[in-house]
Amino acid sequence: MRLRDEFAVDHVVYHWLSADGEQYGFGTYDPVWVQRYVERDYMRIDPVVIGCFQRFHPADWKSLDWSSRAAQAFQKDAIAHGVGNQGFSFPIRGPNGQLALLTASHTTDDEAWESFTKSNQREWILIAHYLNRKAMELESRRRPEPVRQLSPREIEALTYLGMGHGRAQVAEFLNISEHTLRAYIESARFKLGASNTTHAVARAVAEGLIVLGGAAKAARGGWPGRDSG
Amino acid sequence: MLRYIYGNDLSQFPVLQDTMHKDRATQFSERLKWAVTVDENGWERDEYDAMNPLYVIWENADGTHGGSMRFLPTSERTMVNDHFSDLLKGERIESPFIWECTRFVLGQQATPRVAAAMMLAGGELMRAFSLTHLLGVFDPRMVRIYSMIGASPEVLGSSGEGRDKISVGLWAYRPEDRVRVLRRAEVSSDVSELWFDLSFGRSIQQMQKVA
Repeated sequence: MRLRDEFAVDHVVYHWLSADGEQYGFGTYDPVWVQRYVERDYMRIDPVVIGCFQRFHPADWKSLDWSSRAAQAFQKDAIAHGVGNQGFSFPIRGPNGQLALLTASHTTDDEAWESFTKSNQREWILIAHYLNRKAMELESRRRPEPVRQLSPREIEALTYLGMGHGRAQVAEFLNISEHTLRAYIESARFKLGASNTTHAVARAVAEGLIVLGGAAKAARGGWPGRDSG
Repeated sequence: MLRYIYGNDLSQFPVLQDTMHKDRATQFSERLKWAVTVDENGWERDEYDAMNPLYVIWENADGTHGGSMRFLPTSERTMVNDHFSDLLKGERIESPFIWECTRFVLGQQATPRVAAAMMLAGGELMRAFSLTHLLGVFDPRMVRIYSMIGASPEVLGSSGEGRDKISVGLWAYRPEDRVRVLRRAEVSSDVSELWFDLSFGRSIQQMQKVA
């Protein structure tokens, strides 16, 4: 998997669970381990699942409760099947108690792991949401999720940025601080599933959400040849 | 001390839970006269409390609630997007890096230090989880308190007048604010991190490393 190589970690895994015990996933774990996990119903004792259930902050595996005998045996078994001694999991809560987890796992010492998670957390959160959206699309019979509507400020911000103005200028045009402009850009990026601002502008143009040159789609100008009369 | 507690774990802190919901009833129902629901226990609670939000709570020396606020990521359903979109003029802010902060409340005896500790906690969440902003709903009294502790949000929109006024605003993460807020909260950096780690479960491992 490209993600694994990109971040130079042993494993990257997406795991989805419903409240009533359905689960599926994809990733780089040994298929033998995945099968064992399912057969032994490990999801019921996995401290990562228990610790991330109904929560929304990223969790280093070290911060979870591995104290029970079952959890310790599970960890031993996992490591024996190639799972790293370190892990970081990014939970996303869905409706009705659903849980999606993106996990990065590696074999290394605490110090190296901490520096890895600290410097890559933001990217991992983005990837988790992106993969989850894709997984949900597959789940809903390959019907792509409609692109979320951008709000007026988001459209304006992306339009100005797409025209090549700097953030300071755009903030001035919109009469807001640069800090607040960043919130609108963050929000637009998330709605568009874009990894950076340039990508967000490109997607917004491709989806017809913004028209570079200044006219926002919502402006509904009288385009030549489009008059209904 | 500061505690970071998910809704599902609140019942493990019964005194804190009880006094927090009662202080919320005092502030939002009695004082501000908002149309909030107060149950037979005298607790103010709403549907977002049922969504397992993350609370930050200042615990007084006697174990009671000194101040608190409630967080939900804006990538999920939030109070701001559900109920205050008119204040935002139709904007919907959605991002895993922007969390909403609602039901900011101070206990009856809260000192300015407690308010600063709340701001400190917001900053610690932003720092730890790569957040860029907090999106908050607040009343005029809080505006004064925020400005007093030097952490005024950028107001995106308001409605109502005088004491009925309600606003939505953004706090951006600025690493340089931390030192000032620590000083106002009269908390050392180490202690703040220790409180954080205690709540999020890291200290145990660190202690094991020392041992």
